[in-house]
Amino acid sequence: MVDSKQQWKAWVYLAPALVLLLVFTVWPIINTVRMAFLENYSGLKAAGGETFAFGLGNFTKVIEYRRFLNCLKNTVLLCVWTVPISTVLALLIAVALNAIKPLQKALQTIFFLPYVTNSIAIGMVFAAMFNIVGSFYGTPNEIIVTAGIVNNVIEFFGGEHVNWINYGSSYVANMTVMIVYIVWNELPFKILVLLGGLQSINRQYYDAAKVDGTSRRRVLTRITVPLLSPMLAYVVITGFIGGFKEYTSIVGIFGENMGPPDEAGRLNTMVGFIYDALSTNSQGRASAAALILFAIILVVTLVNLSVSKKRVHY
Amino acid sequence: MKVVLQNLTKIFPSRNKKSHETVVAVSDFSFTIPDGKLIGLLGPSGCGKSTTLYMISGLQKPTSGRIFFGDDDVTELSTENRGIGLVFQNYALYPHMTVKQNILFPLQNLKGKDKMSKEAMLDRAQHAAELVQIESLMDRKPNELSGGQQQRVAIARALVKMPRVLLLDEPLSNLDARLRLQTREEIRRIQTETGITTVFVTHDQEEAMSISDMIVVMREGVVQQIGAPQEVYDDPDNLFVAKFLGTPPINAFSGKVEGGRVFIGPDAALDAPGVPDQDVVVGIRPEGFVLDGNGPLKCRLSNVEVMGRDVSIVSTHEASLNPTIRSIINADRRLDIAQEVVRYALKPHKVFLFQKETERRIRFEVKTDG
Repeated sequence: MVDSKQQWKAWVYLAPALVLLLVFTVWPIINTVRMAFLENYSGLKAAGGETFAFGLGNFTKVIEYRRFLNCLKNTVLLCVWTVPISTVLALLIAVALNAIKPLQKALQTIFFLPYVTNSIAIGMVFAAMFNIVGSFYGTPNEIIVTAGIVNNVIEFFGGEHVNWINYGSSYVANMTVMIVYIVWNELPFKILVLLGGLQSINRQYYDAAKVDGTSRRRVLTRITVPLLSPMLAYVVITGFIGGFKEYTSIVGIFGENMGPPDEAGRLNTMVGFIYDALSTNSQGRASAAALILFAIILVVTLVNLSVSKKRVHY
Repeated sequence: MKVVLQNLTKIFPSRNKKSHETVVAVSDFSFTIPDGKLIGLLGPSGCGKSTTLYMISGLQKPTSGRIFFGDDDVTELSTENRGIGLVFQNYALYPHMTVKQNILFPLQNLKGKDKMSKEAMLDRAQHAAELVQIESLMDRKPNELSGGQQQRVAIARALVKMPRVLLLDEPLSNLDARLRLQTREEIRRIQTETGITTVFVTHDQEEAMSISDMIVVMREGVVQQIGAPQEVYDDPDNLFVAKFLGTPPINAFSGKVEGGRVFIGPDAALDAPGVPDQDVVVGIRPEGFVLDGNGPLKCRLSNVEVMGRDVSIVSTHEASLNPTIRSIINADRRLDIAQEVVRYALKPHKVFLFQKETERRIRFEVKTDG
């Protein structure tokens, strides 16, 4: 314990961090809650001296917005698809990486590269891969310069090229691109965490399993996965939290249009909705949406934690 | 099931890729482990005993040589097809499974015609648990068990498949002193009850001596001596074996043989008829000393430790190769602690002569009257 006479010193040392946290974290949180419960709050009007009544108007308005429900649907769909896919893929890749000796370090580095690359830049590359370059696309006079690498591969195997992200593309095609992109973007971090977890598992469990004649599949499901469960819970929980905050990846592929040219905003997400509200000076509505997003993330995380309590060992 | 090791050799490549040095972990080990016996592989760390065990288990492949279980050559057989049970040094119990699930696990792996019904598996697991007396702990997780209980679970898991050979890697090293004593008796009991040929590895000579039918003393990959514990203790082939077995350890002196008599320093301590004149190392077991006012071996007394039944006399001698000489004398004999010199006569069958260069034993005839 610090001597009570010395306590002021402790506060002095803590002061710089406390001040920054108060200004940039605590106050914004309080302010968000305040703005959310002030009807039709707008920063611009507040600056003009207008006062706002207390109420739940912002929340009801947000929920009544069709755009908001669309954003919520997109966000939930992306989470539900990308988290399981990326986790399972990351697990398989990590197990494979852990099993090989030569080139392990090199491959590990390659798998980790996307993590240190700007996601907008990756998005642009992905957009180029899926983009059809040409004009009058979808009309009888269409001219296709290139259908994009992905379509080239599909055509190589005898398939028809798909309109992934261009004018007239379908929602399913758009979502597929987003899911592929987000999974690819999420993989490196998950592989890294799971590989770290794998390497900390005592080799003797595998020797013991070998003596007991355990099949590879059973080793994976009965030994590796349970022993890795704390790490798996961690990547799933952070995956969901990250998934609900998805925004930049959509921008990366579709730009600020948040959808194909003919369907602006079709792929908008919760965070995108909040940004839109902010940009039209509707801070009250943005705050209400932010609180709703927070509540959803909280509930999902609590569910995750309670599930993992039953499933995670030790 | 007898286990035959034939010229077993294991060479590990060097860790340093540039130097092409290799490490010979086990060198030309041949031994037939008789059916149903408990064998202790004994030696200091790095002597190749664990490598030998892992080669028998199949987790490591020998560089050359062959391994037979009975008449089957199992050298090329993978671990799971050898029918062995292996208990790891730190047990390697699956931490996320209960004791019951741990014991059932090997049975659930069985496929094809060996596949068992659920009831049969539970029955076998229950039987294995009863054998090691852990049937009341079946629903616990390993981290809720003491070290000794974990050890039992590990043994039960190894036994549940009814292995042809049971292998134990340093089975007692993670237990405290009291448990160690208890567990080693337990291992002996389980082995006797099941009659499974059992090989265990230890660096603790007392452990090996106390429960093994036979011990194999190893040093730097080379087998030094094989035999029943008492035989090896009473009749060591070389100085290393003599030094390695016994607590307190054997007392070594530099000496010489002249005219059929063994000299330790200036004193002719013992007759050794028929031994040619040469420099020797004289090993004397602590119990080989007899207090004798006219005894030939004069030592400077430094300390007497009372141990109840016995007393341990610590003394020094200029020819001793150890800093002190430790003898164990029946406590009935009183010794005046104030005196400066203690004189000993020697029991000839507790005195071993070794060639100075090769450290090999020089055997000589001991007169039976001692």
